[in-house]
Amino acid sequence: MISISNISKTFGQIAALSNITLEIPAKQIFGFIGPDGAGKTTLFRLITTLMVPDSGAILVNGFDTVKEYRRIRMFTGYMPGRFSLYMDLTVEENLNFYATIFGTTLEKNYHLIKSVYSHIEPFRKRLAGKLSGGMKQKLALSCALIHNPEILVLDEPTTGVDAVSRKEFWELLHELKQKGMTIVVSTPYMDEAAKCDTIALVHKGRLLETDKPGKITGSFKEHLFAVSGENQFRLINDLRNYQPGVSAYLFGQAIHLSFNTKPDINHLKMHLAKSGHGDVKVEPIMPSVEDCFISSMTSSGNH
Amino acid sequence: MNNLAGFIKKEFIHILRDPRTLIILFGLPVVQILIFGFVIRNEIQDVKIAILDYSKDDVTREITNKILSSGFFVLSENLTENNDIEEIFREGKIREVVIFESQFARKLEREGKASVQVLADASDPNSASLVVNYTRGIIFDYLKKASKEAAQPLKINAEVRMMYNPGLKSAFMFVPGTMALILMLVSAMMTSISIAREKETGTMEVLLVSPLRPIHIIVGKVTPYILLSCINAVVIIALGYFVFGLPVKGSLVLLLAETVLFISLALSLGILISTMASNQQVAMFLSVFVLMLPTILLSGFIFPIENMPKILQWVTFIVPPRYFIEILRSIMLKGTGFFNIWQQTTVLIGMTLFFIILSAVKFKTRLE
Amino acid sequence: MNSAGKIIEVKDMVKKFGQFVANDHLTFDVYRGEIFGFLGANGAGKTTAIKILCGLSLPTSGEIKVAGYDVYTGREQIKTRIGYMSQKFSLYEDLTVKENIRYYAGIYGLPRREINIKTKTLLERLNICNIANTLVREIPLGWKQKLAFSVAVFHDPELVFLDEPTGGVDPIARRQFWELIYEATGHGITVFVTTHYMDEAEYCHRVSIMSEGKISALDTPENLKKQYHANDINEVFVKIARNN
Repeated sequence: MISISNISKTFGQIAALSNITLEIPAKQIFGFIGPDGAGKTTLFRLITTLMVPDSGAILVNGFDTVKEYRRIRMFTGYMPGRFSLYMDLTVEENLNFYATIFGTTLEKNYHLIKSVYSHIEPFRKRLAGKLSGGMKQKLALSCALIHNPEILVLDEPTTGVDAVSRKEFWELLHELKQKGMTIVVSTPYMDEAAKCDTIALVHKGRLLETDKPGKITGSFKEHLFAVSGENQFRLINDLRNYQPGVSAYLFGQAIHLSFNTKPDINHLKMHLAKSGHGDVKVEPIMPSVEDCFISSMTSSGNH
Repeated sequence: MNNLAGFIKKEFIHILRDPRTLIILFGLPVVQILIFGFVIRNEIQDVKIAILDYSKDDVTREITNKILSSGFFVLSENLTENNDIEEIFREGKIREVVIFESQFARKLEREGKASVQVLADASDPNSASLVVNYTRGIIFDYLKKASKEAAQPLKINAEVRMMYNPGLKSAFMFVPGTMALILMLVSAMMTSISIAREKETGTMEVLLVSPLRPIHIIVGKVTPYILLSCINAVVIIALGYFVFGLPVKGSLVLLLAETVLFISLALSLGILISTMASNQQVAMFLSVFVLMLPTILLSGFIFPIENMPKILQWVTFIVPPRYFIEILRSIMLKGTGFFNIWQQTTVLIGMTLFFIILSAVKFKTRLE
Repeated sequence: MNSAGKIIEVKDMVKKFGQFVANDHLTFDVYRGEIFGFLGANGAGKTTAIKILCGLSLPTSGEIKVAGYDVYTGREQIKTRIGYMSQKFSLYEDLTVKENIRYYAGIYGLPRREINIKTKTLLERLNICNIANTLVREIPLGWKQKLAFSVAVFHDPELVFLDEPTGGVDPIARRQFWELIYEATGHGITVFVTTHYMDEAEYCHRVSIMSEGKISALDTPENLKKQYHANDINEVFVKIARNN
């Protein structure tokens, strides 16, 4: 379990984290969701004892990250944003190296990483620098797992990795969770939020919301509709001008339109027809995490 | 201990797998020594000389002819008086004067030995020693042939005098200087760059969050370079000896011990630089400006310290290679023992301790 | 759209690096005015293909025309007719917003008067007049990205290549960026874009999915979803990759 209380951290003029308080329960996948510059990396460096907060305290399994950092380093596995691999070492050499610095060997802990490592084992003699993005990611995960950590901290493990590798990666994380590991992960991809047990939405160093993904989407207060039509670009502009208090954003194949108060959909359809949009579909929909994120961002006046 | 061994192994892999590192480590010392050596040893050709022949007999004439027909020398003037020598050297017209004593042939025949004096302009000490050696070679070549014809062994006493720089002070300077430069380069620059690289690629983050202690990281980084630097030092000494005939007059053990001391100093400087540099570029930049330039310019390697302006002379006192070069010269060229260099050694030990403590304090167990 | 003709014509494009075939007989066309999504897993050969289309490297074989010019002989002409924006935004961090705009305009040899007028309109259109003299280093990522795009299309190219343009920015900025793209296509520019956000594939008129050097699928997002019985492009993508 990780308890974070009143953490702040500034770099020069910029507040990377402002007054963050939250609890990360054990044996869960806890996701920090937010764009670049949200403060995810800084928070992870504080958790992994790589940095000292300006104020506040973090306890990891009861140990203080400032005073008892050595204890924490024994049972934490960390995978930084840039895959921390030696590109001039082979897959196997990388693993052996990380094993020895944690005082273990690849043979002894092979069973721990087998599910991840088996994907890349055929390439064990290949230099890490010559692996594809997805394979680098799996190797970095294997390296972070080699000493059987209780807590695994992964900073944007899926950034820049293609959709298939991302999917596989999340499947691996779920297997690890089953084994009782606490996994803290960050991602800029909102659709990955659903894969976490609990999520924290972060933006510009502030916590927008923390809860189970379902609870967050469930507490969405606005009335949300998916609108789709021929010319999306013209449609979105006309929707925005429809009445005050609406917001419209592109969401893949449809435009997500939200109202503060319950709208009259027939009136809207007539309005659009008058503006020359022929075949427009308007359907009420359930919000996604991304809808919630956008809504929190705008309501906190944060964009 | 096991994790340290793993770390060192990894460092060796880095070094052995990177051709550029290998070139800097092993190609550079050899190339540098050879370049410095041959810049000094450039071929001599058409060197202008003067002859002062007090004897003017068959033998002196034959030797003169041999010298002039060798292709290395051209006769600029025949002198008649000793007093002309100073002037002709000062005018810079010639670089060497060969003086035969009077009654040269007769002395050689009767006593079996005669004297020839070779004077060279040693303001350019390197070429002076070359010119002199060539001249002596030609004279002894003649002597060998003449001895065969004569019944008894003949001897010509070739007395060499260097004008303006009698001790030939910088003739062999390049070996100690290059050694200091290369050890600085290999030890300090390569360590600082290799630590900075880990910061740049993000692997340092993982090393820091591991149970490895900073001392493990430092020792792990430094060990391969200590070993490689020692190999380099031996290679340089060997090249100096076999290629350029530079002897080690003093104790080889003492020489190596002092070298290890200097390597430790350079390594601690390298670690210090890496604590300040966040990426390889900065590490490189700092190494060049803080270490390389002073080693080349302010250590007495190329420019004699006594010729520098007073302020720069003071600056040289904080340039570690200055002491190391002095030590090397004493041991290699003069053959002095420890009691003559204990002061320099003490300074180096002090500096090493200072930098080790400073870099240990500055080496952080966290980022920032 | 078809009436406007093809702006990129690729027939049997092959690019080999030694034994490795990065592009294995690619054949596709991009029509004028469309937003063409170029998707694929890491290492599928996307970057290689884009480099060839931009005139940065030569193919091993194949017939390729970009904006009417042959990539073997007309690379210089191609370069003046295209714009390019990479993941790294290629802006100079230590130059101000205005200096960056003027610098890129200068590269394409626009006359001074035109640069002045266009710089002013651009700053107004992006609503960033107040930060015109701020160093790029100090402006938020979302703005940087919009600026990078505007700079890439500043010389009114017929075609612009966007290589993962939206990585890392917040969800609102990401959408604003796509609106910017829509606006540009409204002016007739053709957009060739790669992305890892699968929802963004839906914004494209047509999408191609590459895997292992080949194009495995190419159609409108609607048709792809029908063909693969998928709810969204993400599913299509995963199905295609799994089949290989």
